[in-house]
This record gives sequence, C-alpha cells and structure tokens, in this order.
Amino acid sequence: MSFKIVVLAKQVPDTRNVGKDAMKADGTVNRAALPAIYNPEDLNALEQALRLKSQVAGATVHVLTMGPARAAEIIRESMYRGADGGYLLSGREFAGSDTLATSYALACAIRKMGKVDVIVCGRQAIDGDTAQVGPQVAEKLGMPQITYAEEILDCTASKITVKRRLERGVEVVSGPIPMVVTVNSSAPECRPRHAKLTLKYKRAATLTEKQDAGADYTDLYTVHPYLTITEWGINDIEHDIKWLGLTGSPTKVKQIENVVFTAKESKRLTANDEEIEDLMKELIANHTIG
Amino acid sequence: MNNLFVYLEIEDGIVGDVSLELLTKGRTLADQLKCKLEAVAAGYKLDKIGEQVFPFGVDTLYLADDKRLAPYTTLPHTSLLVNLFKEEKPQIAFMGATSIGRDLGPRVSSALFSGLTADCTSLEIGTYEDKKAGKVYDNLLYQIRPAFGGNIVATIVNPDCRPQMATVREGVMKKEIRNAKHVGKTVIMDVAKYVPDTDFVIEVIERHMEKSKLNIKGSPIIVSGGYGVGSADNFKLLFELAATLGAEVGASRAAVDAGFADHERQIGQTGTTVRPKLYIACGISGQIQHIAGMQESAMIIAINNDPKAPINAIADYVITGSIEEVLPKMIKFYKKNSK
Repeated sequence: MSFKIVVLAKQVPDTRNVGKDAMKADGTVNRAALPAIYNPEDLNALEQALRLKSQVAGATVHVLTMGPARAAEIIRESMYRGADGGYLLSGREFAGSDTLATSYALACAIRKMGKVDVIVCGRQAIDGDTAQVGPQVAEKLGMPQITYAEEILDCTASKITVKRRLERGVEVVSGPIPMVVTVNSSAPECRPRHAKLTLKYKRAATLTEKQDAGADYTDLYTVHPYLTITEWGINDIEHDIKWLGLTGSPTKVKQIENVVFTAKESKRLTANDEEIEDLMKELIANHTIG
Repeated sequence: MNNLFVYLEIEDGIVGDVSLELLTKGRTLADQLKCKLEAVAAGYKLDKIGEQVFPFGVDTLYLADDKRLAPYTTLPHTSLLVNLFKEEKPQIAFMGATSIGRDLGPRVSSALFSGLTADCTSLEIGTYEDKKAGKVYDNLLYQIRPAFGGNIVATIVNPDCRPQMATVREGVMKKEIRNAKHVGKTVIMDVAKYVPDTDFVIEVIERHMEKSKLNIKGSPIIVSGGYGVGSADNFKLLFELAATLGAEVGASRAAVDAGFADHERQIGQTGTTVRPKLYIACGISGQIQHIAGMQESAMIIAINNDPKAPINAIADYVITGSIEEVLPKMIKFYKKNSK
C-alpha cells in the first residue's frame, strides 16, 4: 500500500528580522538584504508529515515548492530532515501570481503526481501572511481541508484525525482521505537535519542546478536516482494558461506605500526620581490614570 | 443584486464582535455605493440573530438554520455562500480574519474565482485606472493591508472579478450601532437547496472554546512590552505596573515570538489593534507592524534604553532608561501620589 504525503513549502524572505537596509529609499523592498529561509510554518508542516510517515505503512513524503531555481534549497533541506524527495515548479509564466494563481499552479502539479493521500502545508507564509494557498489548493483539487492544525492525532488509509488550535480554544476533528491539512506555528518544531541523510542527499539537485554546476556527475545521478529533484516547468503540467501568473490573478496591486507615521512632539525624560514622579503626578492630575 | 455581504460568525447564538465591526464598516460603504447591506448567518437556532444585527443597519438577513451547520465546518458553509453568491452576485463580501473567516474566505474565493485580500486594515471606495488596458474602474473596493512583515502598505483592488472579498481582524474596525430600532428583511434559506449532503464529511469530535479572559481591546490603559524587556521574568515588572494602574498587559510580536508573552496579548497588525487612553511601551523599538496597532492611543509613553528607538517619534513622553529602573519608580510614585 502506498500512501503519498505531499508537503507544500515556500522559500520566503525573512521578514521577521528586517533591518533598516531592508527598505530602499523609494519605499520598495530590498530583497537582497533579506535572507531567504524555509517558511517557518511549512517546517511545522514538514514535521507533521514526517511523523505521519512513521505511523502509516508505506508512506512517503515529498515536498512541492514553486519558485525560482534556488528554491530547490528548501527541498534539499527537507530531505536532510527525512523527506524522500521533492518537486520544484519553476518558470517565468508563474511570476506575478497572487494566491489564487499560485494555488492553481500547485494543484496542477499535484494532479500530475497521481494518487496523493494527504497534503500538508504551513498555515501561512511570513511574506504574505494570507493563509489562503492551503484552502485554495484544496478547493482546486476538490479535497476537504483541516486548517489551523496543531497535531495529526491519528491517520489510517481512509481517515485522518487532527487537533486544531483556534484563537479561543481547541477542536478535534476527523475527516476522509484525501485531505489537505494546514499547520500552525503552535505545532511541534521540525526535527533538525539528520547527519546521515545530510550526507546522503548533499548532492541532490534539479536539472538546472546540475547544468549550472557544469560538472559531469551524470554517473552519480544514474547510479543514485534519489539524488534527482524533479523540476517541472509550465510544459510539464496540464494547465490552462489563463489561470496562471498575472492573468490568473484577480487581485491587482494598485499602490505600494512606505509606512509613514505622523511624528509627535515628544517630551524627553530621564529615569531620575524627580522626573518620573512629576510624570506620575501629571498623569494623575489629568485623570489619565487613577 | 450587487449588494455588500457580511458573513456572520456565531458562537452559542451570539454574533461575534468582528462581524458587528464589519457590519458597521459595511453600512458606511454600502451608503457610499448606494447599495444594500446584507448579512448571512449559518448555524443552528438562529432566532436571536436578527435583533443583534439589525441595529447595525442590515437591510437583508439570510438565515441558514440547520443543526448540521453548527459548529462551523468548511465545506457546508462554503457551499452555502458560493451558491448564494452565484444567485445574488454581491459586489463586495466581508468576513472576519479569524480561524473561521480565514478557512472559509479562500475556499469561497477559489470556487468563484474572485480576489480575496486577507487582514485588511482599511477599506475604502475609489477609482482604479488600468493604464495597460486603458480602462477606468469606478467604485472599486480598496483593500488596504500591510505587507512584507508590515514594512509596506499595499492597496489591492479586484477590477474584474466579483465579489471583491476581504477579511479583517477583530478590533481593527469600530463597532457602532446605526439605529437601534431598525428592522430589516429576513430571508429563510432552504439549506438543502444550497448545501449538498456530501459536504458533511468533517466530524467535530471535541470542542473547547473559552471566552477570552483578556480584554486588551477594551482596556483604557495598556502596559506593553517588546523584545527589549529581555525575558519572561522581566515581564513580571509590566504585570506589576499593570496591576497597580488597573491596566492590561500587551506585547509586541517580537516579544511573543521570543516567548516572553502569550500570543493573545500581541498588539499590532497581526495581533490586536488597540486605542487606549494610555499606552506605555516598554522596551519596544517600534516596528511598523506594532505601531500600526497602537498609534491611535490617546497618550503614548515610550520607555527605552535606546534614545533613537523609532517608537519615540510617535510618543508623547519618551523616558530614556531601563525597564528595571523606570517601572518600579512608576509604581512607587503612583502609589505615593494617588491618594
């Protein structure tokens, strides 16, 4: 019995540690100043997928990502941690995609994989914070969804049970396979790299990477087919071009603005007793406190 | 036809604040667009919903009352909205940016191929010119939201697809009764006509919902801490000051990420938006995404070691000093002078 688990992952700029040089003078984002990282909640999702793999007989975990050639980095990273392989969906036709066009492209790629049992992804990516791609992929594939997952509690060939963490509580739900599960950051952290797997997959590469490297590793990839990361372009997936990229994106960006706040005239104080006491007296006198 | 719809979130027969806030905003925009404000309630035992929402100016309330629709599960609520929207062709649809709205919204938008913008902080009506196509669109919904970790603000439009969909977090919009005596029209939906039986595939086995113990949004004074507080232990100083002043404790995203404070205390674009009488920012440098969630506070005191912290620019009082030194003094001098 095969049981195919697919993890949807995204390589994102690290928006959490934005320094002053991250924004250019004209208010646009200086992407070069931001390191590219594995989207944090997708790592939580990978961990759930790897745990599932150890529970369900015959299960495999593959990572699917859409992005530029360098996004293969996160597929390798996944393999170092226990994934069996991955797919990179890449091409300029996908550029400018909003969440809906992205979901359509990912759904086309998943359909090409044949029977998929569980799709796991992070709830949202830190560069957009939309939490839309998971549910939209599910809709495109006609699959049900369980969002805000904290833990996959149980899974059989036909049924999955999941604990959800919501704003004001928890819920335990179960539903049929195939299923899309989106995972919260409250879920357990992803396991670290495994030393043996890191050695084993160090040379894992996409076709583009192999060509760019120029070195003649042909034998290596023939002998070790698991080192090939599948790379798909637009012609590898069955698609309707009008649903991809800019034309497939109903949302348009009208305007981007740098955030500017109106500065106030501040009163500067030091921490000495007298100044703090005066401030507290003033706040009491004008009924701000007390 | 072509009206403005709000999906109502309901827990135990009570309409959530986030939905009432959206109705308030929706009413204003509907007036501007000269269209109707319509609301959809899906759940069980909904007889008390009308009296809760009509005062907010709802013209039409759609009720889908069915035991199977509560608690919320994705597919039935999706089918209900998708099929209703196909009939009614709303121009705009709003949902809360909650675990329900953010589960339902993308699914509905995907099924209808309509654009959805998550976590909007402002919604306006305006024109849009598509220079390439040489087309001008009037009366579009401007969906304004922070992007890129809050470093930029983007205005998103959906020129061609309907409905124009947006989610908004609780507390971002104001809640305001329009007319306490207003009663609109109620339409009882035939659920079986909108929702196929095959949608009921998710079984809710267990459910524990707590009423939030915190009331950060409603607190007149907030003592808030950032990464600069240094540790969860140092946060105790903030709790002491808050207890002394009768305040609530808030936190920046960085402090929450570092584990100094619980997620539900987070203030900012990805947390709660607050407008207290007094906001005391302790060890908060003032990332844009935080400032956006508290800048409307009537008075802001910033306590920071760094005299150049960005938050100082919007503060009424800037105290340069350490939390460990300043907070105990505030407690001491408040107690000394408050009697």
